[in-house]
Amino acid sequence: MIRFVLTRLGLVIPTFLGIILLTFILIRLVPGDPVEVRVGERGISPERHAELIHQMGLDRPLYVQFFDYVGGVLKGDLGISVITHRPVMDEFLTLFPATVELAIFAMIFATLIGLPAGVLAAVRRGSVYDHTVMGTSLTGYSMPIFWWGLLLILFFSVKLGWTPVAKRLGDDYFVDEVTGFMLIDTLLSDEKGSFLDAVKHLILPTIVLGTVPLAVIARMTRSAMLEVLGEDYIRTARAKGLGIYRIVAIHALRNALVPVVTVIGLQVGTLMGGAILTESVFSWPGIGKWLVESIGRRDYPALQGGVLVIAALVMATNLAVDLLYGLLNPRIRHRR
Amino acid sequence: MTDTTLSATPVPPTVTPAREVWLALKTNNGAMAGLIVIVVLVFTAIFANFIAPYHYAEVFKECVTKVCPPIWQDGSDSRFILGTDSVGRDLWSRLVYGSRYSLFIGTIVVTISLAAGILFGLLSGFFRGTIDILVMRLMDIILSIPSLLLALAIVAILGSGLLNAMIAVAITYIPHYARLARAAVLTELPKDYVTASRVAGAGTLRLMLNVVLPNCLAPLIVQATLSFSTAILDAAALGFLGYGAQAPTPEWGTMLADARTLIRSQPWVVTFPGLAILVTVLAFNLLGDGLRDALDPKLKR
Repeated sequence: MIRFVLTRLGLVIPTFLGIILLTFILIRLVPGDPVEVRVGERGISPERHAELIHQMGLDRPLYVQFFDYVGGVLKGDLGISVITHRPVMDEFLTLFPATVELAIFAMIFATLIGLPAGVLAAVRRGSVYDHTVMGTSLTGYSMPIFWWGLLLILFFSVKLGWTPVAKRLGDDYFVDEVTGFMLIDTLLSDEKGSFLDAVKHLILPTIVLGTVPLAVIARMTRSAMLEVLGEDYIRTARAKGLGIYRIVAIHALRNALVPVVTVIGLQVGTLMGGAILTESVFSWPGIGKWLVESIGRRDYPALQGGVLVIAALVMATNLAVDLLYGLLNPRIRHRR
Repeated sequence: MTDTTLSATPVPPTVTPAREVWLALKTNNGAMAGLIVIVVLVFTAIFANFIAPYHYAEVFKECVTKVCPPIWQDGSDSRFILGTDSVGRDLWSRLVYGSRYSLFIGTIVVTISLAAGILFGLLSGFFRGTIDILVMRLMDIILSIPSLLLALAIVAILGSGLLNAMIAVAITYIPHYARLARAAVLTELPKDYVTASRVAGAGTLRLMLNVVLPNCLAPLIVQATLSFSTAILDAAALGFLGYGAQAPTPEWGTMLADARTLIRSQPWVVTFPGLAILVTVLAFNLLGDGLRDALDPKLKR
C-alpha cells in the first residue's frame, strides 16, 4: 500500500509544479505592460514604474522570479488583488464557503435521485422506466445549465413566485458571518425566518448545479449495476430463491457502488465548472462568479490565484479518490 | 431454366466495416433520431438565407417600443413567428442563422483538438521516454483545470471573440484525444502487421500515419462526435458569460447573455435559443452513444 501511495504521489507532485509553472506563464502572456497588468492602473509615471518593477522583482532573472513565486504559493501567498488590494488568498477563502455549500447540496441532490434511479433502471432493464431514466439523464447531460437556471427562474420565481431570484439571503435579514455556510450561520443567528429564507435561496441553484452530476451518476449506476447483476454469484442468489430487491440491496449494490463512488468523487471538476455558470445566473457570491468578474475587471492576479487553487483542489480530490479506490480494491493496488 | 434453385441462392453481400457500422446504427432509434436532427440542422445552416425570412441583424423599429411576442400570444405581429428580441430583431431568423455558428464551432473545435491530440498521442506512443513523460504530464495539467475555467483563462489572455473562444475550448479537449490515441498506439504497436511493415522498410512517419493511425480511429471518431456536443455547449457558455461570440452575432449562447434582464418582459427570448442548444447537443450525444455501441460492441451497456 505504501508503494501504491508513493507512486501516486510521484505522479501528482510534478503535475502540481507544472500547474504552478502554467499560472506563472499565464500572467506573463497577458498583453500589455506587466506592471499595469499587476497593479491595474494606467499611465503610471516612469519613476513609479521603475520603482514598482523593482518592488515586484520583475527586474530579476525569470528563474529567480519563478522560485519566488513557488515559494510564495507554498506559503499560501497568491499575490494581491488589483481591485480590492487584498490578498487573493483571503478573497478566495471568504467566498469559498458559498461555493462549497452549494456544491455539497448539489451532490446530495444528485446522489439521492441518481443512485436509486440508476439501480431501478438496471433492475428493470429494457422497460419503459429504464428508457425514461436513460432518456432523461441524456437530456440532463446535454443541458446548457445556464439556460436551465433561467428556465427555472422563469417558472418558479417569476410565474409562481415560490423562490427568490438571486443571492444567498433576502435583503431584510442581517446575519453575522460565522462559518460562511449560510444554513449554519442563519441557525446560529436570532433572525427569525432567516434559515427558511436561506433554504429557499438554495433550492434552484442546487438543482441547476446538480443536474449534470445527477445524469452522470444515474448512467454510471445503471451500467455498474448491470455488470454486477450478470455475475455468477447473483445467479446463485437467485437460484436460492431470493427476491430481486433482496439481491439488489444485499448482494449487488455493495459491489456496484465502488465505481459509482469513484465517479462521484471525480465530479469535483465538473462542479467547479458548473459553479461558474450557476453562480453567474443566480448572482451567488461564490468563487465561480468571482472568477468571471475578475476577468471582466482585468484582475489577473485574482484569476491566476483562483485557477491555481482550483486545479490544486481538483488534483487533491482525484488523488484521494484514487487512493480510496486502491484501498477498496486490491487488484488496483497491486497492479504494476 | 433447369437449375432455378441454384441461381436463386442469394450471394451474401460483402460487408465492409463502414456498412457494418451503418447496419448496427440503423437499429438504434436514438442514434437515428439524432442523425435526423443533425441532417435538418446542416440543411438549415446551408440554406439559412432562404429559410430565414429576414437578415439576422435587421431591426424592426415598430417592435422596439412595443414588444412583439410569438404569434400564439396576444399583441403579436404575424410576420414574426417567434416574436422579436430586445432590440426588435426577428428571433426565428436569428435562430436559423445561429445554426451556422453552432455547427461551425463544433467543426472547428473538433478539428483543432483532434489534430493536435492525434499528434501528441502518436509522438507519445511511438517515442516513449522523455517525450512521452513531458506530453502526458502536460495533458494531466490541462485536465486538472475545469475545462470552462481554463477556456475562460485562455480567453482572458487572447481577448473575447468567437475565434479565440473556439481556440480556447479546443485546447481544453486535446488531452482526451491524446490519451486515446496514445493508448491505441500502444495496443497496436506490438502487433504483427506493424512489425511486418517495419521489416518491409516503412519509415516512422509512414508507420505512424499510414499503418497504425487508421487502426486507432474507432475510439477517436466516437470521442469526436461526443465532443462536438460539448464544444457547442462550452462555446455557448462562453458566449453567455460575454467572452464568446459578440453581439450582434446570432450565436445561441450569446443570444442568452442579456436574457436575464428580459426574463419578466420577454420570456420567449430566453426560451428558444436555449432550446436550440439543448436539441442540438442532445442530437450529437445520441449519435455519439450510438456510434460507440456500433463501433465497439464490447462497450455496449
